[in-house]
Amino acid sequence: MTLQVINRAEPITQRQPAARTRRHVLDLDDFSVEEVETVLETATRMKDVLSRPIKKVPTLRGKTLVTLFYEASTRTRVGFEVAAKALGADTVSVAAATSSVTKGESLIDTIRTLQALGADFVVMRHHQAGAPYVVADEVGSSVINAGDGWHAHPTQALLDLFTMRERLGRIAGLRVAIIGDILHSRVARSNLWGLTLMGANVVLCGPPTMLPEPSFCAGGLPWDLERTYQIDEALHGADVVMVLRMQLERQTGGLFPSLREYVRTYALTEERLAKAKPGALVMHPGPMNEGVEIDPKVARGVQSAIEAQVTNGVAVRMALLYLLSGLPA
Amino acid sequence: MPVLGQKNLLGADDIRRAIARLAHEVVEHNHGVESLVLVGLQTRGVPLARRLQDRIREFEGATVPVGELDISLYRDDVHQRAPRALSPTSIPVDISDKTVILVDDVLYTGRTARAALDALIDMGRPRAIQLVCLIDRGHRELPIRPDYVGKNIPTSRHEKVAVRLEEVDDVDEVVLIQGQDDS
Amino acid sequence: MIRLAGGRILDPASGRDEIGDLWLEDDLLLDRPADADEIVIDVSGFVVAPGFVDLHCHLREPGFEDKETIASGTSAAAAGGFTTVCALADTRPSIDTGSDVESVLTQARRDALVRVLPLGTTTKRRDGQELSEMADMAAAGAIAFSDAARAIRSASLMRHALEYSLLVERPIVSHAQDTDLVDGGVMHEGPVATVLGLKGIPREAEEIAVARDLALARLTGGRLHLAHLTTAGAVEQVRRAKASGVRVSAEVTPHHLTLTDSAVAGNGNGRMYDTNARTNPPLRSHADARALLDGLRDGTIDCVATDHSPQRWIDKACEFDQAEPGMSSLETAFGLLMRLVHAGALSLPDMIAALSARPAQAWGLPYGTLASGSSADVVVLDPDHAWVVDPERFLSKGKNSPLGGQTLRGTVLLTIAAGRIVYRNGV
Repeated sequence: MTLQVINRAEPITQRQPAARTRRHVLDLDDFSVEEVETVLETATRMKDVLSRPIKKVPTLRGKTLVTLFYEASTRTRVGFEVAAKALGADTVSVAAATSSVTKGESLIDTIRTLQALGADFVVMRHHQAGAPYVVADEVGSSVINAGDGWHAHPTQALLDLFTMRERLGRIAGLRVAIIGDILHSRVARSNLWGLTLMGANVVLCGPPTMLPEPSFCAGGLPWDLERTYQIDEALHGADVVMVLRMQLERQTGGLFPSLREYVRTYALTEERLAKAKPGALVMHPGPMNEGVEIDPKVARGVQSAIEAQVTNGVAVRMALLYLLSGLPA
Repeated sequence: MPVLGQKNLLGADDIRRAIARLAHEVVEHNHGVESLVLVGLQTRGVPLARRLQDRIREFEGATVPVGELDISLYRDDVHQRAPRALSPTSIPVDISDKTVILVDDVLYTGRTARAALDALIDMGRPRAIQLVCLIDRGHRELPIRPDYVGKNIPTSRHEKVAVRLEEVDDVDEVVLIQGQDDS
Repeated sequence: MIRLAGGRILDPASGRDEIGDLWLEDDLLLDRPADADEIVIDVSGFVVAPGFVDLHCHLREPGFEDKETIASGTSAAAAGGFTTVCALADTRPSIDTGSDVESVLTQARRDALVRVLPLGTTTKRRDGQELSEMADMAAAGAIAFSDAARAIRSASLMRHALEYSLLVERPIVSHAQDTDLVDGGVMHEGPVATVLGLKGIPREAEEIAVARDLALARLTGGRLHLAHLTTAGAVEQVRRAKASGVRVSAEVTPHHLTLTDSAVAGNGNGRMYDTNARTNPPLRSHADARALLDGLRDGTIDCVATDHSPQRWIDKACEFDQAEPGMSSLETAFGLLMRLVHAGALSLPDMIAALSARPAQAWGLPYGTLASGSSADVVVLDPDHAWVVDPERFLSKGKNSPLGGQTLRGTVLLTIAAGRIVYRNGV
């Protein structure tokens, strides 16, 4: 099998093979515009299925989806299980050891177990970047990355794109402000690939210790983006405000002094949201620290698409499973 | 395989007349239009269903609701080919207790119709389901029979019947294409 | 007696570059044929050079024989054209005393295909607390001291090590790295790490440590040898230090001269998160590689050393963060450096010098030369022959190389160590 890898010195406009020949979904960096469109259209059809009294079709009957989560997550794991079951597939959950894994022995051993299970799909979340790539190399199944360390969370980015288009009618030309700990965020990275591919304008905002070095975002990468430490600047004219979860462990890592200071400087309050365009969409990949990076009223407010993101997540994941099934061309 | 030849079976007028007759048959057999729902199978069953709706409206003065159904997710050969693009499935009324008139352009092995039955049953509990096909080309592989047929055309497995409609193909015709094994 | 006939004899140590014959008898080179039966090996069309000298090689024995042994490591060395390898002391147990040094030499006498010169540790058990018995080890044959990848954190201990080494006039080899600034990083801090979501190691982790070590070398007058430099900043510091008389020598690896951090992202050969491209210190940017090459050419960097670091499959077949760093590099060193020669960035004689005369000179070793009377260490090379790297076919137990599937131009045809043919391939 081959992984589609972009030569990063070339612009992302390089055409890649369509979704129908794809085996894995490890990151959005190797999706073409056409592929993303296919996923979004298919997800719309899947949403129809989910709106019926019987939220199920027999398409993937007889197929098995294995979830392999090294990091706890209710919404993503359940989202995939619901998606698989809605398509008639069977699901198996492999409980994986947590951080005391020694030297990757557990990962290789677990891979062998998955092969023995005859899994058609492996959905994997791991705390170390690149782990799904190791699995994809070794296993015959289709691998879907549900999050690997700081690196990627492609299904989140796809459901975010879907939600934006559903609520605002388009993606190209939107001004999207991503606020928070960008440096350690796989959601931010995958969204950067997705948004720049689909023609949105992105502005990154966060404390200096949590934004990638400017020189790292230039030079051929499609990440030559606007960046600011000031949230008001980022929100000005924004069509979408994407708030990232603030991980409390970063405080001890010396990256910011206190939660209080973070809230004062970066929390998305109603007052701050008013600085964005009227009707701007508020998004959050979850789980939220309400009262930290986002005010509860904003999270539940009329501009919030956060619940829609969760529902759309099932439809998008159904679309991916459907598109990955069938013989590779 | 190369397309060896193409034979015209029906022209635009033939299609128009067949549809008119089918519309009358449907209404006659059901003693009126009450509780009828026309459901066209993507892709070409949909414009056919709309044409039937137009004809029925002309002579009955009533509008039968039309829905569209994509059965890709119910096909029995999903894993033998690359995943197909999905078209919309949208039926504007609840089909429970209704008589659903499935409309397809060509009836062949019957597998599409079987998939459509499964899809409809997942969407509700119709009182009855009836099947309209513009062309029946034979070679059934399942015990499916049409209730209304536009034209019976015996074919061999190496032939293909292509229905072309203005709404999709900019022309109304039915042609027989030789030398294509589309089993 | 062996006569290597008709090759291009390239001996930078003596300035010799001409077509001719070379004679060897027993374990010495001669300047004229002796009266003895002659075995003639026709090497016309090829280059005859001094056997390469590697100042930095991990043979893993004793203690890590599943990764490599003296036997397998020296076979790999021979296949790479190396006739002298300096073995680092990060074995298990580490080489802390004279008898440890003796046991390595005894094993080498039994098993080694080429000459093995052992290093000793700088501090006992490499734990950065107490100095090792340098005098005892030097007497037993240790040629330098190094704690290998365990950078010495305490500036005062490093100062004492440099001072104490004056007793035995041996270099202290430093893996110059500020451990705190490394802070769990796994590759070069740059755009590639940012995109891959991996923690990076900034250049400053090396530059700060180099600054410290150079200052201490100046203070003490001790001999400092900086291992595997990777940054432009370090090169510039060494340049200035040498100009002002500090006794420092420096080495660079073939991979730091020719590969960059994009190798981790597969370089277009499809292997994302290629753990074989994880090295310590990490592969950095084009600009750094360029500065390292400039440093090699102007003498700031004395020589090339392979830092051959064989690992087991299981050490690399895992998540990037968990993977042991290191490249199995003996068998690809010549081919990789030839990329620079073929690109016109380095001349062939300069390259040969960087692998033979200059490492020997840096540490005062009587090798790396084809002068008459020296040890018969010779390598015959074909600078043009193209081959595809297949790590599974390495003689080293370590198959960990990011070059698998890539084409290199330049092969070793024949290696003679102390008069014995230890590798022969196609001539």
